[in-house]
Amino acid sequence: MNLTLRIWRQTGPEDKGRMVTYPVPDVSPDMSFLEMLDVLNERLILDGEEPVAFDHDCREGICGACSLMINGEAHGPQRGTTACQLHMRQFSDGDTIDIEPWRARAFPVIKDLVVNRNAFDKIIAAGGYVTAPTGSAPEAHSTPVPKDDADAAFSSAACIGCGACVAACPNGSGMLFTAAKVTQLSLLPQGQPERYTRVIGMVDAHDEAGFGGCTNIGECTSACPKGIPLNTIGRLNRDYLKATTKRAGTPGS
Amino acid sequence: MDLYTEGDPIADTRAPDGPVETRWDRHRFEMKLVNPANRRKLTVIVVGTGLAGGSAAATLAEQGYHVKSYCYQDSPRRAHSIAAQGGINAAKNYRNDGDSVHRLFYDTVKGGDFRSRESNVHRLAEVSVNIIDQCVAQGVPFAREYGGLLDTRSFGGAQVQRTFYARGQTGQQLLLGAYQALERQIGLGNVEMNARHEMLELVVVDGRARGIVVRDMVTGEISTEMADAVVLASGGYGNVFYLSTNAKGCNVTASWRAHRKGAYFANPCYTQIHPTCIPVSGDHQSKLTLMSESLRNDGRVWVPKAKGDDRGPRDIPEDERDYYLERIYPSFGNLVPRDIASRAAKNVCDEGRGVGPTGLGVYLDFADAIDRLGRKAIEAKYGNLFEMYERITGEDPYEVPMRIYPAVHYTMGGLWVDYDLQSTVPGLFVIGEANFSDHGANRLGASALMQGLADGYFVLPSTLANYLAANPMEKVDASHPEAVAARTDVEDRITRLLAINGDRTVDSFHRELGQIMWEHCGMERSDAGLRKAIAEIRALREQFWQRVRVPGDGEGLNQSLEKAGRVADFFELAELMCVDALHREESCGGHFRAEYQTPDGEAQRDDDRFAYVAAWEYTGTGEPVLHKEDLTFEYVHPSQRSYK
Repeated sequence: MNLTLRIWRQTGPEDKGRMVTYPVPDVSPDMSFLEMLDVLNERLILDGEEPVAFDHDCREGICGACSLMINGEAHGPQRGTTACQLHMRQFSDGDTIDIEPWRARAFPVIKDLVVNRNAFDKIIAAGGYVTAPTGSAPEAHSTPVPKDDADAAFSSAACIGCGACVAACPNGSGMLFTAAKVTQLSLLPQGQPERYTRVIGMVDAHDEAGFGGCTNIGECTSACPKGIPLNTIGRLNRDYLKATTKRAGTPGS
Repeated sequence: MDLYTEGDPIADTRAPDGPVETRWDRHRFEMKLVNPANRRKLTVIVVGTGLAGGSAAATLAEQGYHVKSYCYQDSPRRAHSIAAQGGINAAKNYRNDGDSVHRLFYDTVKGGDFRSRESNVHRLAEVSVNIIDQCVAQGVPFAREYGGLLDTRSFGGAQVQRTFYARGQTGQQLLLGAYQALERQIGLGNVEMNARHEMLELVVVDGRARGIVVRDMVTGEISTEMADAVVLASGGYGNVFYLSTNAKGCNVTASWRAHRKGAYFANPCYTQIHPTCIPVSGDHQSKLTLMSESLRNDGRVWVPKAKGDDRGPRDIPEDERDYYLERIYPSFGNLVPRDIASRAAKNVCDEGRGVGPTGLGVYLDFADAIDRLGRKAIEAKYGNLFEMYERITGEDPYEVPMRIYPAVHYTMGGLWVDYDLQSTVPGLFVIGEANFSDHGANRLGASALMQGLADGYFVLPSTLANYLAANPMEKVDASHPEAVAARTDVEDRITRLLAINGDRTVDSFHRELGQIMWEHCGMERSDAGLRKAIAEIRALREQFWQRVRVPGDGEGLNQSLEKAGRVADFFELAELMCVDALHREESCGGHFRAEYQTPDGEAQRDDDRFAYVAAWEYTGTGEPVLHKEDLTFEYVHPSQRSYK
């Protein structure tokens, strides 16, 4: 196939950035999307141009590094698929493809298609854990967990932290990411002691990092490569409401 | 042979003696401790944030040390442990199927083809049960039974069901558990996290590891970070083959720079070729994708009986199929260890019975399992893996058998460490895949996660304390001449790479190096092939330093520059791997020498000559020095491994 790419080029945070057009001939349908970019980059280097910077690592859809807006869709047209797992058989000869970075206030562009997603780590640091210092754990079978709860917790825990939800959201909200972790831990008995401080801490960190508010549009969940459901946000809201109405400093309230 | 010289054997591994099941406990008691008030005055650098590095950094910080953590990814959560699919072994014996610490120990020593240390492996098996407890307490959503208790499954090389799992994403869930513990410590100010930073040199002062030189991959700034000890948890070196199941960024640079500063590199030729990966589809291929070994629980591996049979798999009748693993290894069947399954696949393909467009593939067929258990049950167990397969190949594995072929997956070799996980450079500790210690010549499935977390959560925090308590040190800062020299080396190397401005890309060199290694130092090695490889590697390395083109400058984000530095180190490692493979005139585990096989084609070990760890010292003259650490077996007596 012969394709035309229009790629966002931006030399650094201060640069305004622009779309640049590159023809890419002889693309095999068995190539992954990133392999197609590799081919372009090889050519750019030999032509004396700077290759296009983009984040990627595992290339098997699990590390969450890749982060491309493809034709205006986070990770491109295939549902439940990260950009690295997207294959060129999803496109047709003669297509023009726009490739841009995630665009959100909380994810500033570093260079070309690479953005800074450090804000996600800050949300986790603000409560996305169970306090269980190494060595302090009881025997694993001392607390049975109903299978349905464990499975539901897993479904939320499957989040790869790529940020597609933020990129897809018209408000630039990181609520699906935040809710996925809140939901995982609030479904498990191990997560109960910190359940309400966790949700407050994480939502505060989310807001401080410059993410927008959630208005239940649902773009996030349809862009999510791991299919994190929208009702996790409902669960977060429920916990958040409960947490804010609990009387501060009153155990058991 | 003229490629290396032999030095003194390694006399002391610091492994305690006495009954094997008491060694770790006794050693822990005998080790010195650091009092909590003094811990906060001590700084520890941890490079890498995978299962080993993430768990170590979190645990050390919980104990009160000041920790500086580094990773090349944009977040510690993306370390490549995240991609481990199948599971984690632990000797819980929840199934009551005859498992025990001793059996896990036994299986691991045997699975490693009698090339690992008994003391280390026994400790690993002991600690395995604590890991599961720890991870459950963190909220890791392991698979569970309807009664709410943990589910387990079986894996290659074992006849018990001791593998705990979280669907096909066990590594992800375990890593996120460690990452969340780490983030908690970052939030508390106990860990200084430096993502998008790459370690490019080790700083050794007065014979002790005291710091590292790092490059900030966003700003290009080079800085020297000092500490009281350095922990490398920087993973394996499978990407020397270019195509592997490793993430694209995985590299040997941190380990190799330490090697050049005095840390011995042990058993570099022990590489694991995983039998179940999606076959290569073309020249553009940038990486290979694993299909979890757990699939071999229900999938049956076969090829046509006849050479060149090009009928579709569903058109080949049952009696014209060769379920070769079940035929050759009736007691383990499709669940033979990885090295054996990989070589068997290679053999049938070499016979001309491989399938798929390239002839380099075998079928992994779920038709029987779908008949027996129903499609829904298979979906629940392997749904995400089947989807991944379909996305990559465009074929539906519920309808058509998967095509699989072996690919480089894991490296058992790594920096040499003693029982305390300390390298030959005092104060430099190496954990996880980056060290060589526990898997011998072949790692069993679901044991990498176990080892990474055992090292990081439980072993290193004890042994590092002992080192710090026993060796009070003066503070040194980045102006020390050794630190300045290390930094200058880094800067000079970057300048040199940028100045070449040749006519070939870094990737083109890397790909070519990978082909040499796969051809001659892959699934089967030979004297002639390895000698040829060494000559080709040297010639190509010379070309690299004359013809590589690294565009841009060192001032900001420059992904070509990052790759160039890593590939330059892979070139040096590749040669050492070939020398190691050449000197080991036997076949064991993942190291198969064509000249040394039994009449029926199995690996032929030579315990009289080669029951040792080969630890290589860097000399700078090109000729490495071999130091042997003899292996003795008091509990698991070396035998010809048989899975028949």
